[in-house]
Amino acid sequence: MFKASHLPASIGVGFKPVHFRDILAAPQPVEFFEVHAENYMGAGGPPHAQLGALRERHALSVHGVGLSIGSMRPLDQDHLARLRKLCDRYAPDSFSEHLAWSSHDDIYLNDLLPLPYTRETLARVVEHVDEVQTVLGRQMLLENPSTYIRFSESTIPEVEFLTEVSKRTGCGLLLDINNVFVSAKNHGTQPLPYLDSFPLDRVKEIHLGGHHEETDDAGAPLLIDAHGSPISAAVWVLYAHVIARTGAVPTLIEWDNDVPDWPTLRAEAVAAQNILSDASRPSAA
Amino acid sequence: MLASFETSFADALLNANRPIPCGIIAHNAAVPARRFGVYRNNVVSGLVKALKSRFPVVEKIVGEEFFAAMARVFVMAQPPRSPLLATYGDDFPAFVAAFEPAREIPYLADAARLEAARTRAYHAADATPLGPGHFATLDSQALGDIRIEIHPSTEIVRSPFPIVTIWAMNSGEQELAPIENWRGEDALVARPYLEVQVRALPQGGAAFLLALAAGRPLGAAAEAALADDPDFDLACNLAGLIGSGLVRDIVVPEPESYLQP
Repeated sequence: MFKASHLPASIGVGFKPVHFRDILAAPQPVEFFEVHAENYMGAGGPPHAQLGALRERHALSVHGVGLSIGSMRPLDQDHLARLRKLCDRYAPDSFSEHLAWSSHDDIYLNDLLPLPYTRETLARVVEHVDEVQTVLGRQMLLENPSTYIRFSESTIPEVEFLTEVSKRTGCGLLLDINNVFVSAKNHGTQPLPYLDSFPLDRVKEIHLGGHHEETDDAGAPLLIDAHGSPISAAVWVLYAHVIARTGAVPTLIEWDNDVPDWPTLRAEAVAAQNILSDASRPSAA
Repeated sequence: MLASFETSFADALLNANRPIPCGIIAHNAAVPARRFGVYRNNVVSGLVKALKSRFPVVEKIVGEEFFAAMARVFVMAQPPRSPLLATYGDDFPAFVAAFEPAREIPYLADAARLEAARTRAYHAADATPLGPGHFATLDSQALGDIRIEIHPSTEIVRSPFPIVTIWAMNSGEQELAPIENWRGEDALVARPYLEVQVRALPQGGAAFLLALAAGRPLGAAAEAALADDPDFDLACNLAGLIGSGLVRDIVVPEPESYLQP
C-alpha cells in the first residue's frame, strides 16, 4: 500500500516567498502550506532555506505543475526523479498534480493543457498515475482542470473520467472548485450538477482561487483561471455547498499572480476556516 | 493518433499562423479559435513574464514594450526544454547579442549575461565558506602550491563595457548618473550566503579566479593573473576572496606526494 495523503482537515495557503517574513513573525491561522514542486528543484539557495524553515512549523503539500500526466507521451523520467528527491527531502503530507498536459516532446509549454476524454486517454492517464505513485511510493491527488475548449472526440464526462482514474489507481482527487465554476461557465453548463456527481469521498483536498471574466466573440462569458484576484462570491457558495456534504476537508487558498500582501491572503484563509468550522462531518456509514 | 493531436495542438500554440487542431469545439456560436487563443496567450505571456522577472535590468534598459516584443520572438524561437522555469533564459543573452533591433545597445547582451548568472547563483548548491582563520594556520612556504576551491555559486562575466556599474544603476543599487569612466568591467556574481552578490573584480581578478576555479595552484593562478594584467595585486585579491566568502575549501598538497616516483 502507498502512503496515503494526510493533510490536516483545515486551511492552507499557497506559499509565496514574499510572505516568508510575515508568516514566521507570528502564529498564523493556517495549518499547511502548498508549494509548486518545480520552484524547489534547484540545488540550494533561499528557496530551500525557506521551505526547510516552513516545513519545521507547518504541514506541507507539494503541488506539481510540470509532470504532464495527461500527455499521451511517456512521463519525463528525469522530472519524476526530481519529484522523488523533493518528496524524500521534505516528506510532504500530500503530493498532487493535474489532469492536463504541459510538455510536448522536449518542449515545455508552461500551461495546463486540456485532453480529450476517451477510453484511450483514460488508459494512458491511469498508467501515468500508477507510475507516479510507484516511483514516489505514495498516493497522489489528481486535480480537475479548468478548460476553455472541448473536444468533439470526447466520449467520457470529466467527472466519470476522474472517478475511473481514482478507482483504478487508488489516487485521491483534488477538487478545485474555482476550476469547476470556470469550466461550467465556459461550456455553458451548471457547476452544481457537476459537484453533485463528483465522488466527494475521494476528495482529499480542495482548491479555492480567483478568476477573471472576459467575453468570447459570441458575447458569452469566458472565464480565465488566473489566480490573480479574490475568490468570487459564487465559488464561496459552491464551497459551502460541498463542505456541508463532506465535512472538513483540507482546503487551499491559491493566489499566484498579482500576489497581495499577507493580511489580504490571511483574510481569505480565515473566511474559508469559518465555512469549514460551521460544517461537521456527516456520521460515517 | 492522439499523440499526433498533441503535436498539432503544440504547433498551433507556438505559431499563431497555424490552424487550430481539428475537433476543438465551443458550446456556443463562438469561434473555437478565439477560445484556443486563451491557451496561446497563456503560453506566450507566461514565458515572456518568466523572462521579464529574470531580466529586469535588460527590460529597464530597453523599456517594457521593446522587451516584451524581443522576448516574444525568443519564446517562439526557443521555447523552454525543461519544466524548471528558473533555468529558462540561459540562452537569452546569446539571442540578445544577435537580435538586430538591439544592435544600438552594444552592452545589452552583457547585462543579460550578468542577470542570467545571478539566477544561477541564486539556485546554486549551498556550501559554507571557510573563515579567514584557516589561512592563518597555513605554512607560508607551501602557499604557492595550495589549491583554493571556489564557492559553487561563483560566476564571472567579463565585459568590455562597465557592466557592473550599468547593472547597479538599472537595478536600483546605485543612482542613475552619466558613467564618466567608461571602461570594461569584470563582474563577479556569487552567493556564498543567502544573498546574491554582484561586484566588479579588481585588475587581473577574473583571470586569477578562473585559474583557481580550473584547479590551478595559487602560485600558478597568480602568474596567470599577472600575465593578464601587470597591476594584479595578490594580497588584495586574496583578501577579497576570503572576505566575501568565496573560499569553500583549501587543499594543501601532502608532503608524501613529492616522494612518490
